[in-house]
Amino acid sequence: MFDALRKLFGEKESSKDTARRRLQFVLVHDRASVQPEIMDKIREEIIGVISKYMDIERQNMEITLANGDKDNSVALVANIPVSRMKHGKR
Amino acid sequence: MRAEIIVITSGKGGVGKTTTTANIGVGLAMNDKKVALIDTDTGLRNLDLLLGLENRIMYDLVDVTEGRVPYKKALVKHKKFEKLFLLPTSQVKDKSSVNPEALMKLCDEMREEFDYILIDCPAGIEQGFQTAIAGADTAIVVTMPEISAVRDADKIIGELGRADKENIKLIVNRIRPQMVEQGDMLDMDDINDILSITCIGQVPDDEKVVTSTNRGEPVVGNEDSLAGRAYMNVVRRILGEDVPFMDLRKDSFFRRIKRAFGMN
Ligand SMILES: Nc1ncnc2c1ncn2[C@@H]1O[C@H](COP(=O)(O)OP(=O)(O)OP(=O)(O)O)[C@@H](O)[C@H]1O
Ligand SMILES: [Mg+2]
Repeated sequence: MFDALRKLFGEKESSKDTARRRLQFVLVHDRASVQPEIMDKIREEIIGVISKYMDIERQNMEITLANGDKDNSVALVANIPVSRMKHGKR
Repeated sequence: MRAEIIVITSGKGGVGKTTTTANIGVGLAMNDKKVALIDTDTGLRNLDLLLGLENRIMYDLVDVTEGRVPYKKALVKHKKFEKLFLLPTSQVKDKSSVNPEALMKLCDEMREEFDYILIDCPAGIEQGFQTAIAGADTAIVVTMPEISAVRDADKIIGELGRADKENIKLIVNRIRPQMVEQGDMLDMDDINDILSITCIGQVPDDEKVVTSTNRGEPVVGNEDSLAGRAYMNVVRRILGEDVPFMDLRKDSFFRRIKRAFGMN
């Protein structure tokens, strides 16, 4: 709300807040790139969870860090082809 | 005695590693600790100048690691503090002769003789960095409230973690309180939050650091200097005291008056 008002009056974000936001963005990428094994772990755990409910095509799945919609936002994007839905057990 | 060995490192150059090493070293010696400072920035020797010891050097780190002299012979004793020693690095010899194994061996040998050993690290994350951190138990990462310095600090923190260094601490140097107040500079809390490691110091940008460097007498403990007080607080935290962070904005007029009347 206040942010919106500020923008309306043309007041810019403080340079410190911009710095914070940009830093947080680059550090997600920096940390992920020096430790590719973490992305592998995330992938394995996601497969574990989804496989309980669906059969998935592992060889065609993709999990990556991508830039989000907003400036300096990061999204974990997963593209997981599903071949079959399992019968739900209760 | 069994020294704690601390490497002072940063990633980005020029953020104040050598200044920090000199100030913490002198501060620990003022607290009656026996301290050795090892300069590992081979080819760019500076720690001797900051301590005012440049004209007393006989041998250097490379002489020691190559076995020409025992380390005790290369140590330079401080003029004023009996328990403070510098092991200067070489200004000319081949850097590659100081490798991680050699420094590790030296640190183990020196450990029994001192309370603290501080290692001044070169900038970057190449061989010189790997060598400097090899013998250390723990690290102090120095950074500045500036986007690229913080990013490089994060990288270094990752490297230190992968090298199994524990209890890594952070010092934010050259803070300009006025810019922080205007919302134009990251403060200690922002940086702490982004890097998520324990902060043991916030040191303001202070002209007295320059004048004291000119004289070869580190500013630590100088009550008239905010940086001098900040560095002494760092030293006390290293010694295990729980010292609150000072409010850098408040060294206003009011504080100075209070101090003038001996009320602070
Ligand atoms: N708190 C401070 N206030 C003012 N000036 C400072 C402060 N800290 C450091 N400086 C100045 O910044 C410069 C760089 O400091 P220093 O040599 O300690 O950095 P460094 O990290 O060791 O650099 P390098 O990466 O080249 O080894 C010096 O001129 C020093 O006097
Ligand atoms: Mg230096």
